[in-house]
Amino acid sequence: MRDRSLIYLGLLIFLAVVTFPFTYNLAAGSGEMPDLEYPDNETQCVESKEFMRSSHMQLLVDWRESLVRENVRTHKTSDGRTYDISLTNTCLAACHTRKGDFCDRCHDYSGVENPYCWDCHIDPEQTERSAR
Amino acid sequence: MKEENTPTPEQLVSIDFEPPRKSWMDPAVKFRKGTYCYSGVAKHVKYLDLPNPREWQPTDSDWKLPPDWKKIILDGMKERLEKYRSFRLFMDICVRCGACADKCHFYVGSGDPKNMPVLRAELLRSVYRRYFTTAGKLGRLAGARDLDEGVLKEWFYYFFQCTECRRCSVFCPYGIDTAEVTMIGRELLNLVGCNINWVIEPVSNCFRTGNHLGIQPHGFKDSIDFAADDLEEITGIKVDAPINKKGAEILFIVPSADYFASPHYYTLLGYMLLFHEIGLDYTFSAYASEGGNFGLFTSHEMIKRLNNKIYAEAKRLGVKWILGGECGHMWRVMHQYMDTMNGPADFLEEPVSPVTGTRFENAMTTRMVHICEFTADLLKNNRLKLDPGRNNHRRVTFHDSCNPARAMGLLEEPRYILQSACNHFYEMPENTIREQTFCCGAGAGLGTDENMEMRMRGGFPRANAVKYVHDKYNVNMLTCICAIDKATLPTLMDYWVPGVEVGGVHELLANALIVEGERERTTDLRGDSMEQSGAETTDA
Amino acid sequence: MAAFYSLILVLLLSIAGYFGGSAAGTFFGIIIPYAAIAVFLIGLTARVLQWAKIPVPFRITTTCGQQKSLPWIKYSRLDNPGSGLGTVFRMALEILLFRSLFRNTKAEIKDGPRLVFSERKFLWLAALAFHWTFLFILLRHLRFFLEPVPGFVLLAQTLDGFFQIGTPVLYMTDLVILAALAYLLIRRFSDSQVRYISLFADYFALFLLLGLVLSGIALRYFIKTDISGIKELALGLATFSPALPAGLSPIFFMHIFLLSILVAFFPFSKLMHMGGVFLSPTRNLANNNRMKRHINPWNHPVKVHTYEEWEDEFRDKIRAAGLPLDKA
Repeated sequence: MRDRSLIYLGLLIFLAVVTFPFTYNLAAGSGEMPDLEYPDNETQCVESKEFMRSSHMQLLVDWRESLVRENVRTHKTSDGRTYDISLTNTCLAACHTRKGDFCDRCHDYSGVENPYCWDCHIDPEQTERSAR
Repeated sequence: MKEENTPTPEQLVSIDFEPPRKSWMDPAVKFRKGTYCYSGVAKHVKYLDLPNPREWQPTDSDWKLPPDWKKIILDGMKERLEKYRSFRLFMDICVRCGACADKCHFYVGSGDPKNMPVLRAELLRSVYRRYFTTAGKLGRLAGARDLDEGVLKEWFYYFFQCTECRRCSVFCPYGIDTAEVTMIGRELLNLVGCNINWVIEPVSNCFRTGNHLGIQPHGFKDSIDFAADDLEEITGIKVDAPINKKGAEILFIVPSADYFASPHYYTLLGYMLLFHEIGLDYTFSAYASEGGNFGLFTSHEMIKRLNNKIYAEAKRLGVKWILGGECGHMWRVMHQYMDTMNGPADFLEEPVSPVTGTRFENAMTTRMVHICEFTADLLKNNRLKLDPGRNNHRRVTFHDSCNPARAMGLLEEPRYILQSACNHFYEMPENTIREQTFCCGAGAGLGTDENMEMRMRGGFPRANAVKYVHDKYNVNMLTCICAIDKATLPTLMDYWVPGVEVGGVHELLANALIVEGERERTTDLRGDSMEQSGAETTDA
Repeated sequence: MAAFYSLILVLLLSIAGYFGGSAAGTFFGIIIPYAAIAVFLIGLTARVLQWAKIPVPFRITTTCGQQKSLPWIKYSRLDNPGSGLGTVFRMALEILLFRSLFRNTKAEIKDGPRLVFSERKFLWLAALAFHWTFLFILLRHLRFFLEPVPGFVLLAQTLDGFFQIGTPVLYMTDLVILAALAYLLIRRFSDSQVRYISLFADYFALFLLLGLVLSGIALRYFIKTDISGIKELALGLATFSPALPAGLSPIFFMHIFLLSILVAFFPFSKLMHMGGVFLSPTRNLANNNRMKRHINPWNHPVKVHTYEEWEDEFRDKIRAAGLPLDKA
């Protein structure tokens, strides 16, 4: 039949599109889970590693709400430790000084582009570089 | 009404659209008088070498099926699943969205849920699933049913309650065409000898004598001569109407009803007068004396068997090309099947109008032209003198016949002719014309009197649209280009919209046609006075 | 009843995914997804090849507008194409915009009796909304399967979260697909005609999709999970070096299990309309029947009644009527 070649072509295109992830990754090399640079001075984050991995954005949003709306400036963890509520001064200045080697690695890996933290907060690394 | 138990319009229109609580998968079909057609008579079934000729009726409990009927049907299904991609695809991909439901005139007019196109197809699909798919092994949960006599009777009832009009196919997101399903369904039924006489007798007649009515050559000649005499009486002109004339330029094919039934007959007079006026060198054929093809309502093989004589006769007579008259399903066959089945027509020439010199580019290989295309071209080139005032007593609307509308797209040509030939032309509502046109309710071989209740139900949407223009614009003439329409619409009009007559496009054209040498016309081709009755002269 | 059974089945499948993930992570996270995609690819290919093998004996276009005939009559290029190019456009309209479904009307008998037609575009709208958002959501999900994440995937996400509502940003497609699926499901229940024709498989597909969408929504907005772990699993699957990271949420296993079921169910169900719509002979053929001969590969000879036989049978009558005879 005249239309068979068209059908085969269409089917091949469809199969190529569906199996695109397989071929793309073969070409791009395997994408291992990124290594993160952990701070030297601390062994513990605000909450457990598992919680921070899945829900750090929720914590940061909660922090924002309590600081801006309720003027609460200290966060007390479940096991009694306290932290100043500040992304710039607590998280970034004290521990994760290099955003690019910590935040961005996972965010890039998972395709979570530009969370709006950075609409207001400054990447300290960048400030340092431009101050020099 | 001929059948005394046909309900009145008031009774008929009170329809319950709420489906029953019981699942549709349990077959329960009652052959109630007025809703089914009588079985094919053994003599005709036998003449055509079709299987299982016998005396039986749908109301019998024993249909006298061959002992291995299930195997015959399932083998037949398998064969067709491998031969028609349409069939297999339409069995596979329906999502049951229900968009087709209220598009079917039989559903609108009956409220019987199995007349929803989707469910009509499911009757077959459920058997397909059971025997031809993996999931179907799960049974009812997968929508699969065993094939038994109940299912077969249901097929018979509902596949002969579909006029293959293809309206549902316009609305289906996948273009699923119930006509295709019904055609296969009827083929399968024919394999075990289940067919209806209103189809099988015309098929048998047509195979033998050349036309549905079984008119033999001398009868055919008489009819044509009679028409010529009638024309002489009306116009004073003796037209020439050659039959089986070798070497004529054009072979003219009409549905047989044109020369044997009314009001078709006036359309025949119309053609003959037109051809005389333009001096066309044409011939009728007493062998190919039927354009219609009830094979379309039987099986694909039967289409080919009956259609064969058209090209064969054109070749024998040595004509240049073929012209076809006003007929609906005939044009489905001529347009979509003939060339593929019985072509190539390389012995014919590419059709050119001998009057205007127009090449019919759209008919270059099939070499058959629709009379409306031919006449519209004459009019456009100012080759005809018309006095549309002669049709002032007619307030006209146009019914698009299913097949020219949805299997060709012949929409503007007849309108152009009507608007040239009439001063009072009114369209029916948009949802009921052109590609959305409603069937007359009696196509595909269902135009028989024992089926009257179903015809009136199926024709309700069409009639209701006519009623709209009848009430609003005093429309008193419903024109169409289909022989089945002309045969069945008058009954439908009498039932739903009394006061509306049915006519052909070329009938009105010939009323208006000024023929050289004619005497002053006092009546139209029907012998009706051209005087307008007072109330109807002012435009709405 | 069909609706009830299919709901129960989808619930059982969901529960199986939810608990199965922690009990047999490798099975639900790796083996089942691989098996499902294999069934999908092989099943779909086999079905399409089967369709392709069957001939299209006749050109049975459904014409939805004026034919191409005389040059001065404007013809409907899209609804009644006279050429291959027009047919491509007709198919594009059909596949991308659901042209035919857009025609949908409702016919009702009112007093009079009058048959009244009204607009009924919601089915079209919901169907279109569902299919396009589903495609968009699939596109967004590529961020789990591709590394580095290509720009078009990031762009799709940015567009989808354009209004920046909440954290994580609310995707508009999540709302739209939920609304569309809800409409399609409610329609199957509330419209008595559609309820009557609906089969188990019709409800099953809808419940399955709803389960899939709801579990996805739960994962993103409510029960947060470590998405780099999900990416690790997805990428592992895509590079044929699957590994199961620790700590994946049971809801995630439910999500991927329902997806696997959907994908494996696809080739054996009405969902094959995705491929079938391209092949529908009433739509994908030009209405050029009388211009170009269509060939039927199995066009076999049939028994006919020839002119000679006809003349032999009626010879005397033909002669008596004064009509010409081939053999006097």
